[in-house]
Formats: sequence, C-alpha cells, structure tokens
Amino acid sequence: MTKYIVNRLLGIIPTLLIIITLSFFIVRVAPGGPFATERNLPEVVKRNIEAKYHMDEPMIQQYGRYMFDILRGDLGPSFKYKDYDVNYYIANSLPKSIVLGSWAMLIALVFGISAGIIAAVKQNTWIDYASMGIAVIGISVPLFVIAPVLQLIFAMKLQWLPTSGWYTTGEGYKTIILPAVSLSFAYFANIARLTRSSMLDTLRSDYIRTAKAKGMKNSTIIFKHAMKGAMLPVISYLGPAFAGIITGSIVVEQIFRVPGLGKFFVQSSFNRDYTLIVGVVIVYSLILVFMNFLVDIVYAQLDPRITYK
Amino acid sequence: MSLKPNAKTVLEVKDLKTYFKTDAGIVKAVDGVSFTVHEGETLGIVGESGSGKSVTNLSVMRLISSPPGKIVGGEVLFEGQDILKLSETEMRSIRGDKISMIFQDPMTSLNPFLRISTQMVETIRLHNKDVSKKEALARSIEMLKLVGIPSPEKRIQSYPHQFSGGMRQRVMIAQALSCNAQVLVADEPTTALDVTIQAQILELIDKLSSQMGTAVILVTHDLGVVAGMCDVVCVMYAGRIVEKAITDDLYARPSHPYTEGLIKSVPRMDTANKNNRLFSIEGQPPNVIDLPPCCPFHPRCHKSMEVCRHAYPPIKDLGNGHEVACWLYAEEATRAKALQDAEQQEKV
Repeated sequence: MTKYIVNRLLGIIPTLLIIITLSFFIVRVAPGGPFATERNLPEVVKRNIEAKYHMDEPMIQQYGRYMFDILRGDLGPSFKYKDYDVNYYIANSLPKSIVLGSWAMLIALVFGISAGIIAAVKQNTWIDYASMGIAVIGISVPLFVIAPVLQLIFAMKLQWLPTSGWYTTGEGYKTIILPAVSLSFAYFANIARLTRSSMLDTLRSDYIRTAKAKGMKNSTIIFKHAMKGAMLPVISYLGPAFAGIITGSIVVEQIFRVPGLGKFFVQSSFNRDYTLIVGVVIVYSLILVFMNFLVDIVYAQLDPRITYK
Repeated sequence: MSLKPNAKTVLEVKDLKTYFKTDAGIVKAVDGVSFTVHEGETLGIVGESGSGKSVTNLSVMRLISSPPGKIVGGEVLFEGQDILKLSETEMRSIRGDKISMIFQDPMTSLNPFLRISTQMVETIRLHNKDVSKKEALARSIEMLKLVGIPSPEKRIQSYPHQFSGGMRQRVMIAQALSCNAQVLVADEPTTALDVTIQAQILELIDKLSSQMGTAVILVTHDLGVVAGMCDVVCVMYAGRIVEKAITDDLYARPSHPYTEGLIKSVPRMDTANKNNRLFSIEGQPPNVIDLPPCCPFHPRCHKSMEVCRHAYPPIKDLGNGHEVACWLYAEEATRAKALQDAEQQEKV
C-alpha cells in the first residue's frame, strides 16, 4: 500500500507536466494575445512590451523559461494585472475559495447523504418524493437564481444574514453562510440522488437479505451492512466535485462579493492573460489529480476486494 | 406423517397464501400450502422454477418484501405459536435464532465489506446478549471447524471474496447454525455450486442437522438430492402442493401425473437406453396471474379429464400420509358433482 501511494504521488508529476505543456501551447496558438486591442499599438511600443515579457523570443525558449520558473515555484507575472504576479493572486484567493468550498461541500454531504438514505428507506412515500423534489430543484435551478432568492429572503426580508462581503473577524462567519448554502445546492442534489439510488440497489442485494434473515434491526442493517457499499458511487463523485467546489465559482463570487479564485478562471481567458490561465489550470489540475488519488485510497479502505500493489 | 412416530412438531404451515400485486394482476405465488416439520426431520420441497418454493420459505421467515408481496392467509405455527401474528420485533428474535436460513447463491449472500468474523460474531451476539465478543469469536471458530474450514482461527479474519463458492456456503451454514436454530431453511443451497461441491455441502447439512437435532426444510429442483436427503417430500406446482409423501413412498408410487413426469425425467444410470431421448414434461408451467379454478397442470397432463378443466382437485389421502391433489383419485360421484357445480357457476 505504501509503495502504491508513493507511486501514485510520483505519477502526479508527469501528469502535471503534460497538462502544463499542453495549456502553455494551446493558449499561445489561439489567435489574439494579451496586448491585442481594438486600436493597434505603435510598432515600437508593442515591441517594447513584448520584449519585457520575453514574447519576442522563439516559442520553445519561452517554454523553457516558463518551465524553469515553475520549477522554482514562480508562476510568472500576470499580463493584465500589473500590480502583483500570478503567485500572489492565487495565494490570496485560493484559501478563501477552499474555505467557502469546504463549507459548501460539508453542507452538501451531510444533507445529501441523509436525504438520500431517508428517501431510499422510505421509498415511494411522501418523504421520498419531497427530498427528491428538492434535489431536482437543486439540479435544475441555476445558481444565479438560487443565490439572489436566498439573499432576498434571508438578508433583505428577514435580515438574519448580511447580503454579501467577506470578513474573517468577529461576526464575519455570517458572511459565509449564504454563499456556502447557494454553492452547496447543486452538489447536495447530486449527492442525494446518488445516495438514494445506490442505497436502493444495495438494500435489494442478497447480503442484505441474509442480514434480515439473521434477525437484524433495520437501522443496523442500513448503517452496518449497507452503508459501505452504498457510499462507493458517492465517493467517486466526490473527487472531481470537491476539486470543482474549492476552486471557486464566479457566479457565487460575483453575487456575494467573495474574493475567490473562481473569477480568475473566466477573466484570465477573456484577457488572454497567458500566465494566469496556465496558473489556474495548474492549481485546478493539481487539486483534481490529488482528489482522484484520495478517492482511490478511500475506495480501497471501504472495499476489501480492492487491493493496490 | 413422520418417519419417527413420536417426533415433536416444530413447524406447521397451514393453508399459507402469499400473493403479489403486479400491474398485470394478482400473482398467487403461494396458494394454500400446508406442511409439517418434525424435530430432526428433513422436509424436501421440489418443483420447477416459479412454482412457489422460495416464496413459501421467505413467507415462513416473513421476509417477503411488501409491497408488492403480502401474506394474505394461513398460519405458520412455530412451537404452537402463529408467527404471522407476531410483531416485527418479536419476529426478529426468531429469525436467525430459532429459524435460520441459507440461500441459493453463496457468492453474493455474505456481505463483501465485512470480515467473516464480524458477520458471525454479530449473529451470535444479536441473539445472546450476554455473550462477550471473545466468547462469540471462539464459538464462531468452533462452528467454522465443524463445517470443515481449514485453519479457522486464521480464516475467520478473511473477507468473503477470499473464499471459494463452496467455502462461502460452508460459512453460511456455520453462521446459520451458530445459534442452534431449531429449523434450518435451505433455499436451493447447492444450485450455484458445482457437482462435487454440491455433494459435500449436502452431506454437511445432513450431518450437522442430525447432530444438532435441527429440522431442515430443503428447497430444491433436484430429485436426486431429495432422494438422498429428505424424509418427507412436498411436490409443488403453480403455488400449491400437489403431492406429499414419505420419500421412499413417493418414489415407489408417484401418484400425481406431475410427480410421475418429474421422476421419469431424471436421467438414470441403470436403465440407460441410448436410443431413447430423456423424458420431459411437455409444455410450460402456467402463468399464475389470475389462474381460473382448474387443476393448473391439466394442459400438460396426459391423464386429464373434463373435470380437471373446471375445478381444483381435492386432496386425497392414499394411506401412510401419502397425500395427492388429483382428480384421478377422487370418487366418481365427487367428480361428477364438481363438474356439475362448475358448469352451473359458469352459467351464472
């Protein structure tokens, strides 16, 4: 197992190298560039700027320079935001997105799994229909509708929570509630539906019938005998979902004024901000690859039939 | 009807009816089944797929999933008490403790996520609250030894996937007998295993049940198994028992045309005749949805009469507890009257 873990972690390196290389060239091959504007710059100015960012060098030399910088942990300067470099923007926004995303995921997990189990156990009763109804709403109603509606109810009408902002001190925790709940909705819905269907499958399996024939209580059967098997599909969903949720969402960040990472994904593409694009791609893929690795480890812990060599 | 005249009755099923509600209509999977199991006796239930064997047993355990299934009538008397009237909590204390069950497919019947030790210990401690974990583990190891699992102290810590099919069925048997059940319901315990393992498993069930005095209900579609194992046999067809007799008696004088056909269709070594094809009963078992009042076997029966098409035959005792539900054995007057009644009913 230790050997497997080491191998997998080492395997992350070539994966990342490929991703970095591909994204480095793809963004540069695409027409346009960070300094292309409506009005053409004077040739001299353009050449000066390009020289500053080493864009006058051959592509392969730029690539070598970039890779060398990355090895030293430097993601380079942003082409658009001149005040700081890419490292600074990511280091400042990623922790906020991780905090917000983790809370959202926690909410989604607790309510999603509970709702899924209850719906499965009480299949075809009003509880089942109610929780699956909410789940369908969660999947089909877009975030930019859910978020303002929550703001309207809990911030404007009831005045329980602030409409937006991001504070870390004192009453600051309150600012996180509404964005976390809004963000969790779609994930809650997916987890609830997954849990319900896999729990239903598990409860119909032969070994659950054996447990019943042994005279076990329903609650023991569900939590001791069915839970592990029913959680496997949910676990495999969680890997990519977690990577997505902690790298931020531009919709939630815009509506609740959260200084997260999500906006950089969108803005860097609009701006053709080469280094920032590759920077956020690296962050996202690193998290995704690591989450998938974690999922595999958890899988092996849950299911004894899976062994890694 | 029992081989041992003074044997105590452990389980008595009286006129059990289990129906399933489906979109196509009501499926009468078990429709008026009665049998008695005595202490230390092995009762065989044979029949084709879909004849209601498994549903009968699941009904005895009250494990029919409802909806769509429902036990609509009859009694299941365990030690004189109707367990169909018990609450779910009371029923749980009987399942696995007094009546336990082993299933057809050992590959999927054990929980793949839990160690054998966990699964066996929980069974023992579920029904004996004052037994410590250590004692329960010791008892489980002893049971595994009894069913012939080599080095059980080590193997008990394994997971089910580390056992072969035959070994898993042994574990199931060990688990089922670990609480000294009075009745062991074995629902086609060897169907999923290959032939050599089948014989070992059956021998094991036979040996342990006689050692521990456990009564066994053995469901099978293999008449060879019945001949070797069972004291009494019930032949089921379309949700009803069509013939019931002491095993030797059944083979000596199969009375229902269906039983006759079943016995004839067993391949035999001694009368091998290379020119003849193996006998088979023509046709298919009937659809048990909304079955009209008739003998369900009549379309496939070479001895069927007019009355078979109109009324279900009464049960006739041929002596020595040999019961058969067939119009062949009814008196002429009864037959005529049944026919008359049926015709009158149809007119109305």
